[in-house]
Amino acid sequence: MGVRQIGARVHRVEDDNLIRGEGKYLDDIQLPNMGYAAFLRSSMAHAKISITDTEAARTLDGVQAVFTYDTLPSSLVSKTQLETYPAPIIKQSMCPELLANDEVAHVGQAIAMVIANTRHVAEDACELIQVDYTPLTPVVDVIKAAKSDSQLTHSSLKDNIAASIETKFGDVETAFEECEDSIELSFKQHRGGCHSMECRGVLGDWQQQLGELTLYSSTQCPYLVRRMVSRQLGCPESSIRVIAPDVGGGFGPKAGYYPEEALIAIASKELRKPVKWTEDRREHFISTNQQRDQIWKLEVAFKKNGEITALKGHVTLDSGAFLNYGLLLSATTLMPLPGPYKIKNLHVTLDAVYTNTVSTSPVRGAGRPNAAYAMDRVIDAVARHLSIDPAEMRQINLVKNEDFPYQPGSKHRNGSMMTYDSGDYTGMLAMVKEMADYDGFRQEQQEARARGKYLGIGLACFIEDTGMGPYEGVNVRVDVTGNIIASTGATSQGQGHATVIAQVIAENLDIDISKIRVEAGDTGKFPHGIGAIGSRTGVNVGISANDAAIQVKNKALKLASILLEKPEDELELSDGAVRARSDSNQFITLADLALQLSPAVAGKLPEGFETAGLEAVSYQTTDYMPHSSGANIAKVEVDVVTGGIKILDYYVVHDCGRILNPMIVDGQIIGGVVHGIGNAMFEQMVYDDSGNPMTTNYGDYLLPLASEMPEIHVAHIETPSPANPMGLKGAGEGGTIPAIGAMINAIEDALTPFDAYIAKYPVTPEYILELVDGEKMAAE
Amino acid sequence: MQEQDVRMHVNGKQVSGKVETRTHLGDFLRQAAGLTGTHLGCEHGVCGACTVIVDGDAVRSCLMLAVQADNCEVITIEGIAQEDGSLHPLQEAFRNNHALQCGFCTAGMITSLYAFLTENPERNEEEIREAISGNICRCTGYQGIVLAAKEAASKMAKDRN
Repeated sequence: MGVRQIGARVHRVEDDNLIRGEGKYLDDIQLPNMGYAAFLRSSMAHAKISITDTEAARTLDGVQAVFTYDTLPSSLVSKTQLETYPAPIIKQSMCPELLANDEVAHVGQAIAMVIANTRHVAEDACELIQVDYTPLTPVVDVIKAAKSDSQLTHSSLKDNIAASIETKFGDVETAFEECEDSIELSFKQHRGGCHSMECRGVLGDWQQQLGELTLYSSTQCPYLVRRMVSRQLGCPESSIRVIAPDVGGGFGPKAGYYPEEALIAIASKELRKPVKWTEDRREHFISTNQQRDQIWKLEVAFKKNGEITALKGHVTLDSGAFLNYGLLLSATTLMPLPGPYKIKNLHVTLDAVYTNTVSTSPVRGAGRPNAAYAMDRVIDAVARHLSIDPAEMRQINLVKNEDFPYQPGSKHRNGSMMTYDSGDYTGMLAMVKEMADYDGFRQEQQEARARGKYLGIGLACFIEDTGMGPYEGVNVRVDVTGNIIASTGATSQGQGHATVIAQVIAENLDIDISKIRVEAGDTGKFPHGIGAIGSRTGVNVGISANDAAIQVKNKALKLASILLEKPEDELELSDGAVRARSDSNQFITLADLALQLSPAVAGKLPEGFETAGLEAVSYQTTDYMPHSSGANIAKVEVDVVTGGIKILDYYVVHDCGRILNPMIVDGQIIGGVVHGIGNAMFEQMVYDDSGNPMTTNYGDYLLPLASEMPEIHVAHIETPSPANPMGLKGAGEGGTIPAIGAMINAIEDALTPFDAYIAKYPVTPEYILELVDGEKMAAE
Repeated sequence: MQEQDVRMHVNGKQVSGKVETRTHLGDFLRQAAGLTGTHLGCEHGVCGACTVIVDGDAVRSCLMLAVQADNCEVITIEGIAQEDGSLHPLQEAFRNNHALQCGFCTAGMITSLYAFLTENPERNEEEIREAISGNICRCTGYQGIVLAAKEAASKMAKDRN
């Protein structure tokens, strides 16, 4: 048998094109006779608008069309963006009009679309469109917006509350009445935007003679885009093919359906020509979904020995101007509570509140980083109150190995009980402490403080529900050249899915990985799919590719048995052929077997074969969601004079069950940690009181850079998930989820001599100085 | 809009065209020369994705007008590998060390490091991190890129000596 593939550090099949500059991203696609789109976007956060003149734009040399709300085709099912994830619990659902009609609700909302011969001309024409704005009071602060007497973010609302949800189990009130001690804490969480290095983009190519639209989009979810554009335009799904070419990063916001996808489809159809729109970076800041603020207020009940008995509180979540991604962010904020910690009584409520800012939706981890942060801040706050070491505090409260499968009491989005399938949370804590020399660092910290140097160490433990079903299918086909074609609904934005799929197939069919071609991100190549969200792809395509490959292998053996006149158990599949074990000269190649199952060649299918082709499709599903988990430690040094933070080292122990490709998993973890570090220290989407975004370029909005990042040490434990036959758990977001908590706990730990409490992030140098000076002044 | 003729050597070949004077070098390379390996990530000169090499220096092609590159020698990502298709040590090292995920920043990373290490391949980790501190990567956390740069640097140093 050949080389083991699953679990090996296999180099990526995706890389050769990308390192040569031969990738094909959306803006790289050039079609003949193509028009270029640009959008006129609102310059005010909240206003009544009236478009008074488009004539100058229409008549500018090179302009092909100007679309406004009024000139959108009447054939549309709706001129308002259809709800992507409607739910009865949404009290007031606001989706934008594809182009604003008479009111705008955030700076950046699209008002008009111009199609021209070049992008330059399209942008020139946008500047010629005259819009009268009658300002309305913008509501920017989410706490103010949540008040019943607040100004309204949209004239049509009754109040600014989109929805109110809760998670509740046990008996919280009794637990608080009977507790030995309790504390309150509140904090503001800020998560910025997506900032994939490739912005969004859409290219529509309507073929009038076929009545078909090919829509290229830099999306994480082409099947969602197909469904929504189909419903919006009233065109059958079968007439729309959505292709996600090479996509330059996703991280969540590219998983949604956006007005531009419908609008470019409309423009292409109306003009009967290809039309392309490439989002520029400023547009990305003002029109691509972000995540932004959550304000948490919590009360914790506990015993003197550190055992937490109950948690209650409220979250105010900034939805931005629209709820175009349903309540996924809200649900994933509450659902993971109380994380890896055993808390039997819990009641947390959440209001999703509209503001006149860019809409929010999941960014890497969705609400999970927020929930994980809340829990790790709770643990540290109680530890500090009781003077228990934070590591010991975690040891006391973590779910233990004998508890699996563990049901915390919370419910899943589908109503089923949340179940942690497997793990070794305390083992990971011990391991990460060992890696980071936790006890040694505590000693070092004491000595450093005596020299006026402030070192800090922060812990975070987390769980992540991954591998969300119901499926991500894979079709494995041997073609007549003997090559293997794997087509799938899974869509990649850099995660290396094609490599992993190829590894699973190569191992099962004992064939060289170079003979496997993976086709993905194209609704024309595979009928059903979901997309790359929620650390789900590796699990879902892993088990489907495995199952489909096994079916193909069995089919090959069965047919070879007939043709070679040998029982199946005397045959083996290796290196592209089925061979007799006893005589390797007696064989039939996979290519020949594929030919035999091609009726056009064989005349009829062999006895016992009901379907043509040496192929099989599989839509395997996980029985319930596999839970990944991990323990992280950050070490920092804080300069209390400048407010600067130096990250000294970062340690991760991660458990994503059986690992398909350790190189790829480590890449996901390390990149994810750095995303979390960005949230903790740098990334801040700032609005002024009038709702003007103040950070719309990378000079103002800071992303983590190589020069500031520490070495990130990653280790794994593998507790196979019993929820699926391969023991897989997801790995895409497990780097980000705990990182903010580990970082903030470390920074606060460094500031212990100042008795500082970090109530918000990102922690900027200014904030550090505020924390340090405040305490100094209080002491004087 | 005023138009002007430009001609430059790109990856050893003559490229010429008539451009609006406001066209930046990145757009010219992508559109007129068809070299779409150079990516535009921010177009305000911060992210580094569009970095190309102009007369030996790493340059942000979004901050330089095409007309400013008239008569210049330009190398883009497409010109980094050998003519026979064999990869440059940096490209090999990027693959070996999982230094790319989505690949969008990769061209700028490789061209920046190409200019930096060609000038002097004997660089330590701190210098390498500083050299790519003008290139943003959202996927990798930079660790694989730094490892790749170190691997390529030692190969380039060996090849030079």
